Amino acid sequence: MRQALMRGLGAAVAAASLPLAMAQTEDPVAADFDKFRAIMEEANPAELFDAKGEQLWKTPGGPKKASLEKCDLGLGPGVVKGAYAQMPRYFADVDRVMDAEARIVHCMITLQGFKYEDLAKKPFSSATATPDPVSITTYVAANSAGMKFAPPQSHPKEKAAYAAGKEVFFYRAGAFDFSCASCHGVDGQRIRTQPLPNFTKPEQAIRAVQGWPGYRMTGGVMHTLQWRLNDCYRQQRFPEPGYTSEMLSALLTYLTVNAQGQEYKGPGIKR
Amino acid sequence: MADPMKIRATVEGDVTDVRVLMAHPMETGQRSQGGKKVPLHFIQNITAQLNGKTVFSADISQAISRNPVFAFKVKGAKAGDKITVIWKDNKGESRTDETTVRGGS
Repeated sequence: MRQALMRGLGAAVAAASLPLAMAQTEDPVAADFDKFRAIMEEANPAELFDAKGEQLWKTPGGPKKASLEKCDLGLGPGVVKGAYAQMPRYFADVDRVMDAEARIVHCMITLQGFKYEDLAKKPFSSATATPDPVSITTYVAANSAGMKFAPPQSHPKEKAAYAAGKEVFFYRAGAFDFSCASCHGVDGQRIRTQPLPNFTKPEQAIRAVQGWPGYRMTGGVMHTLQWRLNDCYRQQRFPEPGYTSEMLSALLTYLTVNAQGQEYKGPGIKR
Repeated sequence: MADPMKIRATVEGDVTDVRVLMAHPMETGQRSQGGKKVPLHFIQNITAQLNGKTVFSADISQAISRNPVFAFKVKGAKAGDKITVIWKDNKGESRTDETTVRGGS
């Protein structure tokens, strides 16, 4: 008994003295999570939402009874393959930079006749309902699996979005005087058992966009990056950012450009 | 109507590995939403068939998670054979999907 207690203490002391800047990949807790995820990825329920999204994309719907097959995701009308890995990007018809979900919502409004107010009322998945843009985003994302992130940075507005996203990332405010960078701008930080990647570094920035859209096993719901960023702001006690707003597209531009050149593995699975 | 299943069947030697993803809320009857209990709604029976012949029939409970994954191995199937999966839930809804066995890599 006493021996066991001593051993326990020894382990605690050893853990406490580990350097803070320990690399993410060497973290035993994170490694176990990765193993768990690898097992679950073999049969990821995200595939169900991918299939649902494909059906929604191809079937005429909305007040205008139109399909989304004329939707231009940046590679020409109806081209889905590889589009997700090359977003956010500038779209001349709206004169702004849009991320994948923002563009899909735009297409649902212009082609199918949905109203933004209706889509933005309940944009995120719950245990009982998955909004259509979430399924469609999953379908579009699945069609970029295995490709490298290559968000364009040639248009001035794309450069401006990157700069704005960077500013947003470092902007401190809210009840906690937090910014994204408070948690994600330093190496080796964690919240409870969850290591926090440093998104200012390319090799860690990939963790911001990899695995999204993702199926969360907790609750069994499908979520997109729009939800993830919204939740970050909720945790920071910020006012809620507007669904598919330019600000979120800018922040996604910053994160995706930081991760560019790295492979996207398609919709993922999360705790 | 219920959303389609995703079925993948790959033959490797004599053994075929089948993975089934089912879209189902799998309500336990214990969860409440807005102060009201969400009624029990779960898959009661899963049946798998190989070329129309039942391989197994399984009664499952509400303890299985939402959007369940079901994996099993079946002997004697060849590439091109048909695997059919049928589920029935406690509300009398059911769904049947099939796939063709693919040769392994």
